[in-house]
Amino acid sequence: MNSASCAAKISTQPFSLNPTSPTSHDRPLVSPKPTSLFLGSTRKLRLSSSSKLNLHRRSGTVVAVSDVVKQKKSKSTHSLLITKEEGLELYEDMILGRAFEDMCAQMYYRGKMFGFVHLYNGQEAVSTGFIKLLKQQDSVVSTYRDHVHALSKGVPARAVMSELFGKTTGCCRGQGGSMHMFSREHNLLGGFAFIGEGIPVATGAAFTSKYKREVLKEADCDHVTLAFFGDGTCNNGQFFECLNMAALWKLPIVFVVENNLWAIGMSHLRATSDPQIYKKGPAFGMPGIHVDGMDVLKVREVAKDAIGRARRGEGPTLVECETYRFRGHSLADPDELRDPAEKAHYAARDPITALKKYLIENSLASEADLKAIDKKIDEVVEDAVEFADESPVPSQSQLLENVFADPKGFGIGPDGRYRCEDPKFTEGTAHV
Amino acid sequence: MLTPFQYLLSGIYLTRYILYSRHELLLFEALQEGLEEEMERDIRVCVMGEDVGHYGGSYKVTKGLAKKFGDLRVLDTPIAENSFTGMGIGAAMTGLRPVVEGMNMGFLLLAFNQISNNCGMLHYTSGGQFTIPIVIRGPGGVGRQLGAEHSQRLESYFQSIPGIQMVACSTPYNAKGLMKAAIRSENPVILFEHVLLYNLKERIPDEDYICNLEEAEMVRPGEHVTILTYSRMRYHVMQAAKTLVNKGYDPEVIDIRSLKPFDLYTIGNSVKKTHRVLIVEECMRTGGIGASLIAAITENFNDYLDAPIMCLSSQDVPTPYAGTLEEVTVVQPAQIVTAVEQLCQ
Repeated sequence: MNSASCAAKISTQPFSLNPTSPTSHDRPLVSPKPTSLFLGSTRKLRLSSSSKLNLHRRSGTVVAVSDVVKQKKSKSTHSLLITKEEGLELYEDMILGRAFEDMCAQMYYRGKMFGFVHLYNGQEAVSTGFIKLLKQQDSVVSTYRDHVHALSKGVPARAVMSELFGKTTGCCRGQGGSMHMFSREHNLLGGFAFIGEGIPVATGAAFTSKYKREVLKEADCDHVTLAFFGDGTCNNGQFFECLNMAALWKLPIVFVVENNLWAIGMSHLRATSDPQIYKKGPAFGMPGIHVDGMDVLKVREVAKDAIGRARRGEGPTLVECETYRFRGHSLADPDELRDPAEKAHYAARDPITALKKYLIENSLASEADLKAIDKKIDEVVEDAVEFADESPVPSQSQLLENVFADPKGFGIGPDGRYRCEDPKFTEGTAHV
Repeated sequence: MLTPFQYLLSGIYLTRYILYSRHELLLFEALQEGLEEEMERDIRVCVMGEDVGHYGGSYKVTKGLAKKFGDLRVLDTPIAENSFTGMGIGAAMTGLRPVVEGMNMGFLLLAFNQISNNCGMLHYTSGGQFTIPIVIRGPGGVGRQLGAEHSQRLESYFQSIPGIQMVACSTPYNAKGLMKAAIRSENPVILFEHVLLYNLKERIPDEDYICNLEEAEMVRPGEHVTILTYSRMRYHVMQAAKTLVNKGYDPEVIDIRSLKPFDLYTIGNSVKKTHRVLIVEECMRTGGIGASLIAAITENFNDYLDAPIMCLSSQDVPTPYAGTLEEVTVVQPAQIVTAVEQLCQ
């Protein structure tokens, strides 16, 4: 998938921090570490010298997964990483993610959805690679870039599209929007607009899982929580606080970093003293793994290990997926800062193209099979748009619903009755 | 020999004693009792906070609970308010009923992100799919020379957050009752305790009871003026009331207890009776609970007022360390007496 010849074509010069702007006064900070670490995992990762474990400190191993996976593959040319069914499932999920996001862009520019919409194009391997290994009772916590996490977890495309259109049939009744996808049925715990604020929620879900096992005595409860977040979040306090708590209490959680190198216009290298995020795991006592996030099979192998660890009660794992978003940060982002060469480099590593190539080369699927899936997904996405278009918008009476789970929280009115008992209450505004 | 009437009376007292038997305890013990009873009643109730477990809580509200229920149900957290409050919210979304303690209410400023964005909002933004039956509690208020940062009143900061309820306890009776009601509520509730009230003593009922989260408490019925207050200021008001009664006034004192939402029924009935309102609060004047209360009363009961509403609040200053300055930062009984005299002219 990633041939050695690719590496040779890449310039050895690290991407300039300020490529073309003559007015910039920034002196690029000379980093002692090679900034070209992120040019593709064909390059061998340095194994951390702290791999000699100090057991007393309970630090974990840092693993270079590309080596592990290559070993697996070379053991026997006849043992593949996936079966045909699995391959088609992965392909379909990634195509769904891609087609859905492309449709979102179209709908946004046609004025069907508004606000901040953050698309996932290019990062599908991470969502598919991880979430397709989960059970329904496992939880996923995401960020504002959550459409595809929702789809992978099983939330119907119709429900997500309706939510984006702001209709009552949306998964959150139109009250959440693009950045707040929730599904109780599929255990998608959000959808968060501020970075980092979902990580403690994910830690709480993992805590519940442990609590169920140990206090409620549901011995077979092995529910795992996945927390997805980006490189920018890894400089945020909540990230570190939760790494600490998760490792301390051995919570069944996997912290999945979708490192796409950019936090809006802030390059990861300009924001982070040590850009190798996976190394921060062992500092808190959990394994830190770096994986090529453009390769769904590699991600899946790492995910199996990490999720397995969590299920067995061995504690959390930090997985850093090197990935890339093909579009801007959001549909409002002009995306002028990123070097076209960088974009081209990652476009050549499109995870969908790569999986397609793998499936065909290993005779797991034919072109016709894949085209059939493409067509099927096109229909699913079209149907989702149609459904969303035809769905009703919320009426004013919906405004005050769901503010409180127990609407007695609106209080007692001057007449002595609870406000929620007054049918006219929803027609007015919520007075304290 | 007792007369038949005296037999009847002693029979009534004996019955009441048996039916409504009571025990005496301090306010922090009442909170602990409420918490313990709810933890026994529902295994999903758990506690999270700094030093709540082995240390028993910095104000002993969780004393003995870790030994009884274990380290997971009474969880000693690292010092990371934003994250462990968020963890409590995640746990609440997935089926538990956590009680999160801020060692001092002021520390919860660090958890503002989680309290505002997640605690208050997630039930709404998820379209009603997830409930957050969390209780966030802790001691706040001006103590004895604790310094500016440990003397904060967060009720005024949190009051605008949609989706949460706020209550303030002031007696052992309502402390236990509100604690239990807050835990049983499906809504997120912030329970404000006061550092100086933990050692108040009272005889409370033996049987199970809860206090309604949305109701205010009539402390002293009266005719001349409505005094609305909560938490520690209730005691300053009652002290002032003694002086006022001696001077011939008849104040009606209501402990509003529910800081969000306001009990407009109890408050309204009082305003309709006395036509004069004085608010005595400990939070600062600007943007305080009193400010919201003035707005609510003016909007709903303006026609019944014979005088503008008066509001006595703490000074808009960071609470000074020096004792003399701290004393004049909060409202003192003498000021309350003067205010009532002014109001009733």
